[in-house]
Amino acid sequence: MVTLRINGKSHKVDAPSDMPLLWVLRDLLGMNGTKFGCGVALCGACTVHLDGIPRRSCVTPVSAAVGHAITTIEAIGTTPIGKKVQQSWLDLEVVQCGYCQSGQIMAAAALLAKIPSPTDTDIDQAMSGNICRCGTYPRIREAIKQAARKQTTAGREG
Amino acid sequence: MDLSRRQLLFVGAAAGGGFLVGWHRPSGPRILAAAAKAAPAVFAPNAFIRIGRDGRITLIMNQVEMGQGTYTSMPMLLAEELEVGLDQVHLEHAPPDDKLYSVPVFGFQVTGASCSVRLLYEPLRRAGAAARSMLVAAAAQTWSVDAASCRAEKGVVTHTPTGRTLRYGALADKAATLPVPAQVVLKDPREFKLIGTPAKRLDTPAKVNGTAQFGIDVRLPGMNIATVAASPVVGGKLAFVDDSKAKAIPGVRQIVRLDDAVAVVADNMWAAKRGLKALTLRWEDGPNGTIATADVVRGLAAAAETPGVVTRNEGDAPGVIAGASRKIESVYEAPFLAHAALEPINCTVHVRPDRCEVWTGSQVLSRVQAAAAKVTGLPLEKVVVHNFYLGGAFGRRLEVDYVPQAVRIGQQVQGPVKVIWTREEDIRHDVVRPYYYDRIAAAVDARGMPTAWTHRLVGPSIMGRWAPPAVTNGIDPDAVDGAVDLLYDIPAIRVEYVRHEEPALNTGFWRGVGVTHNTFVIESFIDELAAAAKQDPVAYRRALLGKSARAKAVLDVAAREAGWGRPLPEGRGRGVSVLYSGWGSYLAAIAEASVSKAGEVRVHRVVCAVDCGTVVNPDTVKAQIEGGIIFGIGGALWGEVTLEKGRIQQSNFHDVRVLRINEAPAIAVHLVRNLEAPGGIGEPGTAVTAPAVANAVFAATGKRIRKLPLEKQLRPA
Repeated sequence: MVTLRINGKSHKVDAPSDMPLLWVLRDLLGMNGTKFGCGVALCGACTVHLDGIPRRSCVTPVSAAVGHAITTIEAIGTTPIGKKVQQSWLDLEVVQCGYCQSGQIMAAAALLAKIPSPTDTDIDQAMSGNICRCGTYPRIREAIKQAARKQTTAGREG
Repeated sequence: MDLSRRQLLFVGAAAGGGFLVGWHRPSGPRILAAAAKAAPAVFAPNAFIRIGRDGRITLIMNQVEMGQGTYTSMPMLLAEELEVGLDQVHLEHAPPDDKLYSVPVFGFQVTGASCSVRLLYEPLRRAGAAARSMLVAAAAQTWSVDAASCRAEKGVVTHTPTGRTLRYGALADKAATLPVPAQVVLKDPREFKLIGTPAKRLDTPAKVNGTAQFGIDVRLPGMNIATVAASPVVGGKLAFVDDSKAKAIPGVRQIVRLDDAVAVVADNMWAAKRGLKALTLRWEDGPNGTIATADVVRGLAAAAETPGVVTRNEGDAPGVIAGASRKIESVYEAPFLAHAALEPINCTVHVRPDRCEVWTGSQVLSRVQAAAAKVTGLPLEKVVVHNFYLGGAFGRRLEVDYVPQAVRIGQQVQGPVKVIWTREEDIRHDVVRPYYYDRIAAAVDARGMPTAWTHRLVGPSIMGRWAPPAVTNGIDPDAVDGAVDLLYDIPAIRVEYVRHEEPALNTGFWRGVGVTHNTFVIESFIDELAAAAKQDPVAYRRALLGKSARAKAVLDVAAREAGWGRPLPEGRGRGVSVLYSGWGSYLAAIAEASVSKAGEVRVHRVVCAVDCGTVVNPDTVKAQIEGGIIFGIGGALWGEVTLEKGRIQQSNFHDVRVLRINEAPAIAVHLVRNLEAPGGIGEPGTAVTAPAVANAVFAATGKRIRKLPLEKQLRPA
């Protein structure tokens, strides 16, 4: 038994220590927002945050997640940055099939937490690990910039 | 516009109260070949609209949502004529039923070939208009007034002179008892409130917070999870399994042997994956176990020496070319391609003696049902299929190969089992885009303008396997789509199709279907002719488009918006491509690209002008073109599946390279708006792209690439 802190809640799970966090979330806890795409950290569909840092959950053994704050797509909207990212995604109609978008949103939220006003190069570096087969990249880029603008505006107002 | 009673199936009371509208099924399946050029279908689809006593309007969606926006564009069509807000329409996935939900032209339930808006544009509006007129009639009767003095708006009927109102919900029961109107008048497009305006997609909210349910997300009580290894060679058999190590892995429940595959059934996917890795397997490869890509190409090249079925013939093109003093001849090749939709193939089944349930995301739900019925021997009505959002499809989910496999596994498992393919299994068992081999030639006059054109394309017939009635007189309408539609004004044209089947790989539709391959060939070759004539590629095409004002218009818009002719930074080139096909849409794309010393292509910018006739949701049209272009660039630069000993060599995103955000160009899409019949939009963005990029590479480097993928040809030896 290991204890995981996911989206602010404590979960006890019976998982072997090498079991990837992805399958703990999906198959043991029924949290299906985090997606399986490649299994080898090449596509980013499984991106979650560990202490705010984006991680590919398909190659993160559950043992490496113990003791860290895990955040998934199910709760990213409760953070101010995550909420802005989701809203920008809606405003700019980023989504097509939607399968990669949990991972895209998690990667984008982590980027904005680290760099509030990212340049195109920052976006390239932070987002190039997340594949979108529908080709929503131009809108992802614009949505990140829009979320950044809202965030910095909010920051000044606050 | 008339809507005869014959075309309306019924209006009746819905179970639980309310009002139901549907249609008769088409008189018989009509084929894609006829569809390609036909006017909008006369027959309506078989969608259902339910209007409940509570006023809830439900559209049962026969078209599936795989990212293309049908779950928004279809309700827009209905809402426009029904006079309700888009927010008032609720959607339900349709169950499989060819009798109720078949698409006009195809005659069965399918989402593909850019057909949803194209084929349902009129039928869904007619449904909405018929229902609205009956609701208005019900209100008029209630008030004993003339229906002409009433109007409908936002789900409410108002008696204009008195201002009295009744909601649709309150009228539904009465409307259900009224006769179907003999005539339904559709709105003048100039009165549209919804159609043609950007509407927010209805499926987006659930897709940004992780709650959208894809096939892979199904969870059932007592469900096991299985992962599979199928024969790496098409037609191969499982010869030997040592499962002793796999069985020792905690969480592994069962090893299921099929004649051509083995599955590890476990408590969770991790245990199943570990179990699969721990198996020792031997395969009996069969006759395909020696085939390599080069063998396939040899076969195609040999077939290209033989005459094919003539699919277009004007003048004596071969004769003119044979006697011409100036002629240009080329061979083009396009490789096998993987789909690599991001949601790996999966299918959940629960097989019981008297019933089978299937949960999956499919473009062809009735085929899923039929496949499960065939394996189990159950009648269709005992097979229940639950549809989900599709995590990408691009043609892959027009195939149901994974369904019988899952059902055969399910037959050996107690309770429900979710079968998930690993990414490696998904790539190695893809139903790949065929390898095509084209011989193309033209005679040119003293000014370099073409006087004759022959195009012989060689490849398998996907339609011949997938929808045999669509193949008439030996012509596969998909394989030749785009090639037979050549818009250039050339006195003699001959297009031939040589069907050459390749048994070593299963081949199927890939985004842009036949047009993707044909547009690459014809738009690269016309560029060759322009270059040989030392003429500007846009001006050269323009001079040949005198008979197609719409094609010329998109070319002009693209050229203007791309700044065609303006200087570019050193090393960068512009390439153009024009597309027209059976989808009825006209596109022109202009790509800017540069090539590094190592042969790496960078596409900097793509400008695309689109005339798809009447636009339903303009933002979705733009999104589909943007996405189609990005899909097309990855395919053109790197896309390739190769065979060795009958086995697909690629397995995951390290060797199935797809475009990433840092490689994506700036894209500008310009819509050329008119009220022509709506054309398809999901496919053409991909189909128009490869030649624009290849022509840009030529402009930048002087290298004419006639074999995809581009970078492989550009890499220094």
